[in-house]
Amino acid sequence: MDSVLKTGTAEAPKENRIGLKSSDYQGGKSTLCAGCGHDAISNQIVRAFYEMSIKPESVAKFSGIGCSSKTPAYFMQRSHGFNTVHGRMPAVATGAMLANHRLMGIGVSGDGDTASIGLGQFMHMVRRNIPMIYIIENNGVYGLTKGQFSATADEGSKLKTGVVNDLHPMDLCALAVQLGCGFVARGFAGDPKQMINILKASIAHDGMAVIDVISPCVTFNNHEGSTKGYQYSKDHQELLHQIGFVQSYEQIEVDYEPGTVKEVEMHDGSKILLKKLEEDYDASSPIEALKRLHRAEEEGQMLTGLVHLNPQKKSFISLLNVTDDVLATLPLERTRPPKEALAKIMKDLM
Amino acid sequence: MAVSSLVTRYASLVTGHIRYNFPPLRSIKESYVSDLSSVTAVLEEPARGGRAPVVNDLTIHVATVNGSGSQSSNSVLMRSIFQMGVPVSGKNMFPSNIAGLPTWFTIRANKDGWTARKREVDVMVCMNAQTAKEDVEALDPGALCIYDAPLNCKAIRNDIVFFEVPFAKLAGELTPDSRLRKLLTNMIYVGIIAELIGIDREEINGALNKQFKGKTKAIEPNVQAIDKGMEFARSSLPSQNRWRIERMNKTAGKIIIDGNAAAAIGAMFGGVTVVTWYPITPSSSLCESLIDYLKQHRIEKDGKATFAVVQAEDELAAVGMVLGAGWAGARSMTSTAGPGISLMAEFIGLGYFAEIPGVIWDIQRVGPSTGLPTRTAQGDVNQVALLSHGDTQHIVLIPSSVSECFDFASEALDLAEQFQTPIFVLSDLDLGMNNWMSDPFVYPEKPITRGKVLTKEKLTELNGKWGRYADVDGDGIPWRTLPGTDHPFASYFTRGSGHDTQARYSEKPEDYKALVDRLKKKYETAKQYVPKPAVDIRDGAKIGFIAYGTTDFALEEARHQLLSERSIETSYFRLRALPFTEELRDFVATHDRVYVVEQNRDGQMGDLIRLELGEDQRKIRKVLHYIGLPCDARFITNEVLRMEA
Ligand SMILES: Cc1ncc(C[n+]2csc(CCOP(=O)(O)OP(=O)(O)O)c2C)c(N)n1
Ligand code: SF4
Ligand SMILES: [Mg+2]
Repeated sequence: MDSVLKTGTAEAPKENRIGLKSSDYQGGKSTLCAGCGHDAISNQIVRAFYEMSIKPESVAKFSGIGCSSKTPAYFMQRSHGFNTVHGRMPAVATGAMLANHRLMGIGVSGDGDTASIGLGQFMHMVRRNIPMIYIIENNGVYGLTKGQFSATADEGSKLKTGVVNDLHPMDLCALAVQLGCGFVARGFAGDPKQMINILKASIAHDGMAVIDVISPCVTFNNHEGSTKGYQYSKDHQELLHQIGFVQSYEQIEVDYEPGTVKEVEMHDGSKILLKKLEEDYDASSPIEALKRLHRAEEEGQMLTGLVHLNPQKKSFISLLNVTDDVLATLPLERTRPPKEALAKIMKDLM
Repeated sequence: MAVSSLVTRYASLVTGHIRYNFPPLRSIKESYVSDLSSVTAVLEEPARGGRAPVVNDLTIHVATVNGSGSQSSNSVLMRSIFQMGVPVSGKNMFPSNIAGLPTWFTIRANKDGWTARKREVDVMVCMNAQTAKEDVEALDPGALCIYDAPLNCKAIRNDIVFFEVPFAKLAGELTPDSRLRKLLTNMIYVGIIAELIGIDREEINGALNKQFKGKTKAIEPNVQAIDKGMEFARSSLPSQNRWRIERMNKTAGKIIIDGNAAAAIGAMFGGVTVVTWYPITPSSSLCESLIDYLKQHRIEKDGKATFAVVQAEDELAAVGMVLGAGWAGARSMTSTAGPGISLMAEFIGLGYFAEIPGVIWDIQRVGPSTGLPTRTAQGDVNQVALLSHGDTQHIVLIPSSVSECFDFASEALDLAEQFQTPIFVLSDLDLGMNNWMSDPFVYPEKPITRGKVLTKEKLTELNGKWGRYADVDGDGIPWRTLPGTDHPFASYFTRGSGHDTQARYSEKPEDYKALVDRLKKKYETAKQYVPKPAVDIRDGAKIGFIAYGTTDFALEEARHQLLSERSIETSYFRLRALPFTEELRDFVATHDRVYVVEQNRDGQMGDLIRLELGEDQRKIRKVLHYIGLPCDARFITNEVLRMEA
């Protein structure tokens, strides 16, 4: 059990199951500040996709605008990427996923990009349950425009300039739960062990997976008085449970004491294991999730883990009942009705 | 009167009536007639004939209350005339309201096929107490007015022929059901008019059958209502012999359709796969009909759809989805009106700069801001031509008829993929929502264009060496790959920030300049592929017209008026797309004066044309119609005569 919870797989091989090396998942060189939380997340994304043996060519990366939104250029070079406009990644990603529902979509956004300018699109995307991963690299500030507060900044949090935020923070996890999202998690860039398993679980999820990751901005929000820096986050992180992930092909017998671990089977046959810590948290209940998030806020905890999980929720693609083939490349015979069809339409108009 | 003061007076009159929610016809008419007739005596419509009836040339104007269900009666009336073989058009002038406010429907039947809006009303049907007075006051002397008895229209003036009808009583004889009675009331006036102007009973039945899709239960009461009206006209109204509809054969094999439905059909046969929209008048019916047609014709045997339609949360999202889908290789489109276009500005710049296909229909309405949401204009020309910040230029297709709506719908999807850029199609409320007669649409035989896409096989041939933004063919159009292409070198990174030919981030001066210069070159290339103008050059014509979109209907009629009434021969250049093609300069060069006629205040297209022309721009004169109603021929004729004087 412990090894499962640590890495999610047994010893990672040099080549994954589709014969690719970890280097096949690398991206371009990052231009972010040294130590930026966003880079730590990119590293875990590379590792998760590599270890899950996802073909990079089948992945499409999306982002908005911000330091965080630059990162798709820094991981998985062999995947198509699209750095869209500020706050509008959800629409672009939605269109692309409709055009080709076989793509595995991963979106990276920032707290500014998602919680302010892009809040409307984010909410509608969650509501539609577009089957892709949506990561918010949450640092409580606008990094790229030099450190103004974002809408996720905690009350009382202080900028380097001494300005104090006295507005209530927006909790994107709570919002996602409220909008019916089937996979909601919060991670911390400084906790790669947890992050990797959250990411793997999100890859296995068929539906929208919202992952809010506290990702310190070392340049503008990592000082005394900031509430999203490394030290503050470490001090206040509260784990809901320990997360493990077992791929479908792994015949790992995990033994654990009865009642201590919850197993959730995903569509692809993989399993998410949630090991109980102090509290007995039920990730399947949205109400419990909202209550717990609320309490965390009141008590100043940085709550991390799989906040809510419901693998059964139908995705937008299946609701639209589109053909199993890719819309983008359907041949003309299938997209242009026959001559008789036009003749009939014309006749009805005569 | 000096021209400038005339123009100001005209403008002030127009703004004057815009203060009313719904301009009574009269004030609009007066603004033309009283102001312009003082300039030249020929402005009057040729006097109506003496005894001999006017055959197959009449305008019927029906005033009702929005939400009273008059739509189907008006359609039946229009269709019966159509089935008599007489060219006809139907225009709905409606408020931005669901029920209660005034609405008008105008049917123009004309044996010569002139179906643009005409100002003079021959037969008025007054059913609305709110507007009856103004409606009657706006009529020309000698017009026929059929009115609902309680309105007592005859008291308003005495130079009109009045036919009073006790609609409530007649409807009461048909049914005790008060809701149905309201609907049938409208059908009664159809029967009365049919009887008075000589529409065959059998054609009305045909039209009813069409309107109610053969549903006997719905047809039955309506037949009775029409009988009731006809019977009443025969027994209780004097006969009239001034306007007659007689059978002719100019509509056989033709269809009646609105431009939005035509565009929807065109897009479906053009192979559209992803459609997004956000409701807005006058564009909603485009995507709504498209959804209906797609459901009928694009669901496969296994019950699965070969399309995806999303009602987006706003136009920003709608166009974002279109670009996302276009990026991933789908033929994608959305449809909106001016306010939506304004919201799309940032995304359109991304589409232009990152080179992503997508089609945006703009069914223009009157702006700025919310403007007159249910009235027509051509005021979005500048906006779509140059939308977004930085140096941007867009390809714009401008249909003038329902059949061009059909053709351009797939043409736009082709051009979007060929040029990897957002394509606008500029229609308007008049074309999009009103009923037009047309030849049936021709099935597109040519295969669709999917543009320069490198497949897995091509990439293997190239040893994976390619550059997303490299101009390898010298036409400014680069090659692209689609996400999901199974080749290790297929991917590239798309961004709206500066990039080099390999799609790498770049802020280098030379990379930026090369990129925007290539985009310019691409736009130049487009000149060879956009629809050519329709040019009609007449021997010896000194005057040329340039117009586009729905102005065409009035313009052709105005040319006819100028020729038949004043022996003035004119040439005509009907613009069908931006960028301008080489034909534009030639046309202007071969004429002394060129009137650009359009439906906006500033002469937006006229300005773009001037910019294009250089020296010859001094030849350009503007004729501008911007009152929210479709342009009419007499207006153009009068304006040209005024400026020629
Ligand atoms: C329409 C628009 N407005 C403003 C900006 C400027 N801008 C760029 S990034 C950004 C905020 C980014 O913050 P966040 O999403 O939190 O990303 P971070 O840099 O913190 O990772 C803003 C306001 C923009 N690019 N576009
Ligand atoms: S400014 Fe902040 S968010 Fe941006 S790269 Fe630097 S550390 Fe990261
Ligand atoms: Mg941020």
